[in-house]
Formats: sequence, C-alpha cells, structure tokens
Amino acid sequence: MHIVVCVKMVPDTTQVKIDPITNTLIREGVPFITNPFDGPAVEEALKIKDKYGGKVTVISMGPPMADSVIRKAIAMGADEGILLSDRVFGGADTLATSKVLAHAILEVSKKEPVDIIMCGKQTIDGDTAQVGPGIATRLGFNQATLVDKIISLDLERKKIVVRRKQDEWHEIIEVTLPILLTIERDANKPRYPSVPRRIFSEEISIPVWNNYFMKLDLNSIGLNGSATTVKRIFAPEKQQGEIYAEDENGNGVGTLVGVIIKKLEEWKIRSIQNG
Amino acid sequence: MKPIESIIFAVLVAISAYIFLRRIYTLFNFISLGKWEDRFDRLWERFKGMIYYGFLQKRVVQKTFGFNHLMLFWGFMVLLPINFEFVISGFFPKFTLAFLGDTLYTILCFLADVMSAVVFLAVIFATIRRVFFKPYFLESTKEAYIILSTVGLLMAAYFGLNVTGLGLNEKPFESVPVSAFIAKLLLSNNTSEKALYILNRVFWWAHASLFLFFLIFIPYSKHLHILASLPNCFFRNFSFPKSLPRMRFSKDISYGVSKITQFNWKDLLDLLACTECGRCLTSCPANIAGKEINPKEMIHHLKKNLMENGSHIIKSRPFDTIGRPPEDVELPVALIGNGDMSIKEEMVWDCTTCGACVENCPVFIEHFPKLLNIRRHLIMEEVKFPEELISFFENIEARSNPWGLAPSERGKWAQGLNIPTFSSNEGHEYLIYAGCMGSFDTRTKKILISLVSILNKVGISYGILGSEEMCCGDAVRRLGNEYVFDSMAIKNVNLFKKLGVKNIITICPHCYNTLKNDYKAFGADYEVFHHTEILDKLNKKYIFKPNKALKDERIVFHDSCYLARYNNIIEEPRRLIEIITGKPPIEMEKNKKDGFCCGAGGGRMWLEDDADTRINRERAKQAIKENPTIIATSCPFCITMFEDALKEQKDWENIRVMDVGEFYIEGIIDNKDSEDEKKNEEKRRVANE
Ligand SMILES: Cc1cc2nc3c(=O)[nH]c(=O)nc-3n(C[C@H](O)[C@H](O)[C@@H](O)COP(=O)(O)OP(=O)(O)OC[C@H]3O[C@@H](n4cnc5c(N)ncnc54)[C@H](O)[C@@H]3O)c2cc1C
Ligand code: SF4
Ligand code: SF4
Repeated sequence: MHIVVCVKMVPDTTQVKIDPITNTLIREGVPFITNPFDGPAVEEALKIKDKYGGKVTVISMGPPMADSVIRKAIAMGADEGILLSDRVFGGADTLATSKVLAHAILEVSKKEPVDIIMCGKQTIDGDTAQVGPGIATRLGFNQATLVDKIISLDLERKKIVVRRKQDEWHEIIEVTLPILLTIERDANKPRYPSVPRRIFSEEISIPVWNNYFMKLDLNSIGLNGSATTVKRIFAPEKQQGEIYAEDENGNGVGTLVGVIIKKLEEWKIRSIQNG
Repeated sequence: MKPIESIIFAVLVAISAYIFLRRIYTLFNFISLGKWEDRFDRLWERFKGMIYYGFLQKRVVQKTFGFNHLMLFWGFMVLLPINFEFVISGFFPKFTLAFLGDTLYTILCFLADVMSAVVFLAVIFATIRRVFFKPYFLESTKEAYIILSTVGLLMAAYFGLNVTGLGLNEKPFESVPVSAFIAKLLLSNNTSEKALYILNRVFWWAHASLFLFFLIFIPYSKHLHILASLPNCFFRNFSFPKSLPRMRFSKDISYGVSKITQFNWKDLLDLLACTECGRCLTSCPANIAGKEINPKEMIHHLKKNLMENGSHIIKSRPFDTIGRPPEDVELPVALIGNGDMSIKEEMVWDCTTCGACVENCPVFIEHFPKLLNIRRHLIMEEVKFPEELISFFENIEARSNPWGLAPSERGKWAQGLNIPTFSSNEGHEYLIYAGCMGSFDTRTKKILISLVSILNKVGISYGILGSEEMCCGDAVRRLGNEYVFDSMAIKNVNLFKKLGVKNIITICPHCYNTLKNDYKAFGADYEVFHHTEILDKLNKKYIFKPNKALKDERIVFHDSCYLARYNNIIEEPRRLIEIITGKPPIEMEKNKKDGFCCGAGGGRMWLEDDADTRINRERAKQAIKENPTIIATSCPFCITMFEDALKEQKDWENIRVMDVGEFYIEGIIDNKDSEDEKKNEEKRRVANE
C-alpha cells in the first residue's frame, strides 16, 4: 500500500490583516502553517498505514521553506517527503498546480506504484478545492471528494468504501483503487507527534525537485501555464463592525445579547421572525 | 552464661549479621540501578540537615503524633550502646561498658532504663491508636503489628532481664530506677535464686532472639526507613523542587521515565525511606477532593516495583555486581499500569504540582517530580495524554496562547491606556509581562489595568511587549511537554536579552516561577517581581491613605501554591490587606506553606475536571466556612477557580473574589479617582464598540 499525501503551506489566514487603505493582505509577520485540511489527510493516510502497513509519501509544491510542512507530516509518521520548488512553478493557478503535482506523483509511482492519493478538501488561502480533482483527472485516477470517513479497505479486491459529506446528508460509496480522496477537515483529529519523530523529521533530508529535474514545458506551469489570473484581492466592506460588551462583573454573554438586540433595532432589523 | 550458650549465640549473630548485611547490599544495589545525580555538594550543610531533620526529627514533630515517634526514635538511640554491650557480653560474658567510667556508665544505664519504659508506653499508645482510632491514612498491616509487638516484647524482655539481674545482684539498683521499681513489686526475699537464674536466662535468650529478629526484619519491612531516612535527609534537595532539570534532546535517547531504572538514584532512595506515615496523603488536595491520586500509595507502589524489578535484574546478572542496567533492559513489572506495583495512568494527570506532599513529608521525599517525569514519557514518547490537551498544545505551538487566539491581539488589553511598548533605550525600568491570562482573560485584564493605574500614579516607568509577548510555558512544562517548553524558554530568554530587560513584573505566580526559576537554566539574567511584592515596596515608600470603602470587609486570604510554597511570598499580600482593613486577613485552617491548592496548577487548568472531584469546590468550602465577604488571592488561576466554584451555590454568589493587588489599589484610590477611572473605562468600552 503506497499512499501519497499532498500538503500545502498556507499563511495562517486568521492572522492575516487587511490593509485598510490599499485593501490588500498584510502578509508581513504572518506565520505559515500546514493547510488545516491537510493534517486530517495525513492522519487518514497514517491510519491506513497503521492498519495495513505500507508507505506514506508527502508532496508539497511551494517555496524552499515549505519543507516545514513536509517535516511536520513526517513527524506525525509519514515516511518520506518531496518538495517541488522552483521559481518557474510560482504564480500557478489550480490548473498549473495540479499539473506539477500530478507529474511529480507519476514520477514517484515509477519507483513504487501509488494506490491512494489524499488531498485536503480545500485550502484556507486559495479555497478552490480544485487541485485534488485536477490531479485525479490528469492521472486517470478514480476520485472521491469531501470524504469524512474511510469505512473499509479491501486490499484484495482493491476496493475502498468511504463516506462523503454533503450539505444535509452523507453518501457512502465504494470505489476501485487507485483513487484520489479529498478529505474533510473534521474527518479526524490529527495525531500529535512524539519527540523522537520530531527529531527524526528535523534531521531527515527532503529532496527538492525543480524543473531542471521535472522537465515540464515552461508554458504549462507557473504563471505562464495558468488559465486564471488574480486581478485584485480585497476585503468585503465591513458594515456592522465588532460588538463588544460585558457587565461590571465581566459577564459577557447576557449583556452582549442585549446589546445586539438593541443594535438590530437601531438598524431596523426589528424582528428576525417577521423577516 | 555457659560457654555453649556463647557459641550458639555467636553462630546466631553471625547468621543474622550475614542476612542483614546481605540485604543492605541488595538495597544498595537497588539504589544504584538509578541514573547518576550529583548530591555530594555542600557536605557540611547536608550533615547538619541530617542531624536536624533525621536525628532531631524537626519535621516529624510538626504533627501531633510526631512526638510519640520522637520518643521511639530516641529510645532506640539511647538503647544502642546498651544493646552493643548486650551483644558483646553474649560472646564474652564478662564484658561491660563500665570502662567508660562510673558516671557515664551509670547515666547510660539510667537513660536506657527510663527510655525503655518510654518506648514501651509509646508502643502501647501506637497500638491503641492503630486498633481503636485508626486514621484513614495509616494501614493496619500485619507488618505494623509484628513490629509493634516485637518492640514491645523486646522492652518486656529487657525489663525481665534487668529485674532478674537485680535479684541476682548483677546490677546496682540506683542506675535502673524503673527496673528497680518493678523488682520491688515482684521480687520478694524468698524468690529462689535458681528460679531467678533460669528466668534470667530465659529473658536473656528472649531478648537476644527478639533483638536478632528485629535486626533482620528491619530491612525487609517498612521499618527500612530507620536505615534509609537518615541518608535521605542527608542527600535531600536543599530547596523545594520549584523547577525541573533541563533536558537534552537528541536521537536515540529516551525522554522521561517509563521504567523504574530511569529514575535518578536519589528518587530510588526516596522510595526506601518512606515511613508510610501518610502525611503526604492527608495534605494532597487532589486526593481529598476524591481524585484517584494518592502520593503515599504512589511511593509505595514504586517501592514494590523497584524491589520486584530490581531483584529480577540482580538475579539475571552472572556475578553479584552493582551498577546501572542497560537502558533497554526488559523488566517484568511495568511502571505505568494497574496493580499494586505500578502507577495508574489517570493518577499521573491528577496532580496539580501543588507540592503539599513534598512540603509535609518528614523525610524529604519528592513525590510530584516523579509524576512529572512519567508525564514527560507519556507525552513525548508515547503521545498518550488526555485528548483535550491536543488543542492546548497545538494552540500554544502555533499561537503561543492556550486558546489559539491571534497573537496580534495580545497587547489589546492595553489599548487606550497609553501604555508604551518596552524599550530599554527609553529608560523603562520594568517590563510588565502580562502573560496569557493577563492578555486574553477578561477578568485578569482588570488586575493589570488596576496595577498600571497605580504605577502611573507614582511615576514608575514600565513597558509591555504587546504582540511580541509569548506564553511563558509553565503549563506546557508541568504537563511534561518539555520539548515544546524548551524552545519557548529559549525564545523568551532571547527576547528579554535582546530588549535589555532587567526587571520584570508579573501578576501571575506561574509566570513568576517560570520566568524566575525555570528560565535560570536557559540563561535568564533579570529580576522578577510579583505585583504584590512591588505594591508592598511602594507601600513602604509612599503613604497612601485607605479610603474606608473596603475597611469592614471580611477578607479570607488564599495562598497560591506557586507563590507561598514555591517562592516564599507569604507576608507581602497579607500586609497589603492589613493596610486597607486595619487587621490581618482571616486565615483558613490550611494556609501559607501548608496551603491547599485551588486545583489549577500543573496544567490542570487546561484539563477537563470531573464534576464530582473538583478541588476548587473543596477549597471554596473551606473559605466559606470562615464566612467571608471577599476571598482574596494573588493568582489569576486561583481567581478563576474560586469564581467558578462560587457559581455553584446560590448563597455563595454575593462573595467577591479579588486579587490582592486589585483589592489594595481599590482600597487606596480615593473616590474622585475611581470616578475618573470608571469614566475612562466607559470611554474604552465605547471606543471598542
Ligand atoms: C487569494 C487567492 C485567490 C486565488 N484565486 C484563484 C482563482 O480564482 N483561480 C485559480 O485557478 N487560482 C487561484 N489562486 C491560486 C490557487 O488557488 C492556488 O495557488 C493553487 O495553487 C492551489 O489552489 P488552492 O489553494 O485553492 O488549493 P485547493 O484546490 O483548495 O486545495 C486542495 C488540496 O490540494 C492540495 N494542494 C493544493 N495546492 C498544493 C500545493 N501547492 N502543494 C501540494 N498540495 C497542494 C492540498 O492537499 C489541498 O488541501 C488564488 C490564490 C490566492 C492566494
Ligand atoms: S503535588 Fe499536590 S496534588 Fe500532586 S500529589 Fe502532591 S499534594 Fe497531591
Ligand atoms: S512519602 Fe513521606 S509523607 Fe508520604 S507516607 Fe512516606 S514518609 Fe510519609
């Protein structure tokens, strides 16, 4: 069983501020973290490995410092990692990103065939949820998106049963391997790494693949290979603002409800029931 | 005494001595299974401590029944030379200690006689106590009764021997008053000499066999403490264990303790020194509140674990050698697990690291540091810990606060208060380290705000770190996550160095202890003050007039463990209260160094608390008993714990919980100022809306 997990380094968006004048993101001093959907993807892969054995390879495309998210996955228990990093990969949209990732996975599978690819459902910065399906399409893999539970795996019949999370219901499907799954954030609680694993992950060397190695057509990757361009990023205009309230004893909730009701009345949204 | 008796006696002595010494050797071997730790510094001070605590039993007599023990102990000490005489005279019937000179010898005999009577009575008292008034913290084991009856019989044999000796004119009456008294009662002139002689021999042999039995029995029973507690007092930690040793991290080493041989040798000596007195147990707040943990039982289980695994290791060695086994040695009995030779996993997380056990142990056993070593193993190697801690650790690692709030919000409490960011270039004398509670907890922010109001008033220059501030890592360390703590400590100490920080004020005893004591090993080079210390100093310098508003309040004061027990800050908060009310605060039964934890220490603040075994409820009840209008304390955690507990009962709701600094400042700010302050607060609130 060989599982490849794609992880992305993203800015901690809860700490990203919008410059009120230029309306652009202030990225300075914002720490980078593993995309919160990707930890659960790694965890699902490790759970399969714990049960059935095999190997977990982690791949990330990003700047050189993105090796940190790979190391984190290795600290959790992944076996190896590959960083895809080259200036020419930069500025990629989901099309170009999935091309590079798909190609890298193809390369990896030459040494050891890949049975399952796992992606996070989406990222917290780009938010498109397209990269996973893009990879599956390019590699000709089956795909199951929005997975919040892996129910069973039959290695002999090469079948996997997963639960997909829909808005108001769940869907349980059986699919044939090889397959790409995109994992929901609440699928599990990713494991906390042990110190020996952390030290191992800090010392292991992570191979970096650039385009000199990958030999992809420069017109199909990076900014040049992207079908979309981001024109402007801005924060939606804030209309209401924050409401902060507490009484002299420091009790927030009760007082806050009162204040909110008053505000709503001021804004003439008198009764929610009455529409 | 017939020569054949001497020969039989000599053989018995030789056998007993062999068994005794063999056992001592084995016990020494057990201790040497532990890791090396240097406890050979300041030898003279150690020696003095041993006399003070070991021989004079300074800590033993602090509790009521301790006097009985002191009597037993000194009875034995006095009887030592007389028993020496007894043994030698068993080989050489003519031998006596009379060569010491008439006076000294008479004194020795006199003391031995009187003390034997005292010991006999002490044994009777102890037996009555165990049989009829058994405290829950003492077990009525077979062993205890064997010991008590052996000692009792030994004393009886001693008197039998003396009384018959008197009848045979072997001893002068004056030197042994108690024996003489009994002799007068029992002996008459027509007691036959033959009968006396036979009785004398019977008593002699009874005394001899009881004595030898006692000798062998000691190192096999809990009375091993007679031998081990003296060295344990000698090798004791000079101060309360307020910090933990820094660790080294590298490949192929183990972290924390998962088997008995990973403890230090002194930890193992601790186990042998336990007297099973139960004082640690009766002072443990977690146990009293009904939690699983039991420090006495923990030490006892560890001792059994050491004996069992130690015997296994020694047996498996080809020769009778001493020393540490290899790191990966396989042991038959697990350290963490169920059974009476292991520590239950739940128990490991129950401890608040309050230190009451350590403070109360008469022989300086350190209980909770052992638990913390087990936590280190569970967290760092096995990754086995209560589930709720995952988010706690992740939040701390990613955002440097327990709730995972944005670090950029850290300085927000100071918004609108005109508080500068710390800069030594601008001559800021103090850094106010707000801590996570001060930065994010609404209730705690108020304490900080009241503190800066008075600092402003007297013109003390200070700054804060704002969004640059990071969590100190106290809970992370006490929960056993040393790897994460290590990097937090390095970052913080480097930041303080970079900024040229010389003095730090904190309102949190946990930050206080960590910045001051834990960071020492990381190169900390600054002074740390708890705000009650600063206010106490200001109070000496400036004369503030109390405003009478709080004068008539009934204040009960609760000591934070990390201030009182860990750092000896005891009188400062009490003085501040007294200034305002004109009288010292009301004390609960458990106070100062013998205080009772609120339940939040040792990282327990961040663990789910079982509704039936809440420590804070227990402590709140103790405070309520004193009928207070205000419960004052000096720690944000204690405040939270009390406020939570008071919410549980309707008629407790009117009791206020206050920080001592806050109380003091409220008590001296005159009414006009507080009006201004209220207006300012109102303005801030509006600004925030
Ligand atoms: C604010 C913003 C707006 C953008 N808008 C667009 C847009 O409108 N159209 C467009 O095409 N692109 C857009 N991009 C660029 C694009 O979203 C990302 O750069 C693209 O590389 C990945 O898409 P995603 O982040 O949405 O990933 P998603 O498709 O949401 O990610 C799903 C999963 O794919 C995997 N994955 C994604 N990226 C990587 C990677 N680099 N390395 C390894 N695994 C990865 C992860 O497992 C992840 O959980 C935008 C980027 C930003 C920051
Ligand atoms: S430190 Fe406190 S809670 Fe922990 S075992 Fe000792 S007395 Fe009990
Ligand atoms: S550990 Fe100390 S306090 Fe506890 S029972 Fe043993 S000797 Fe007494």
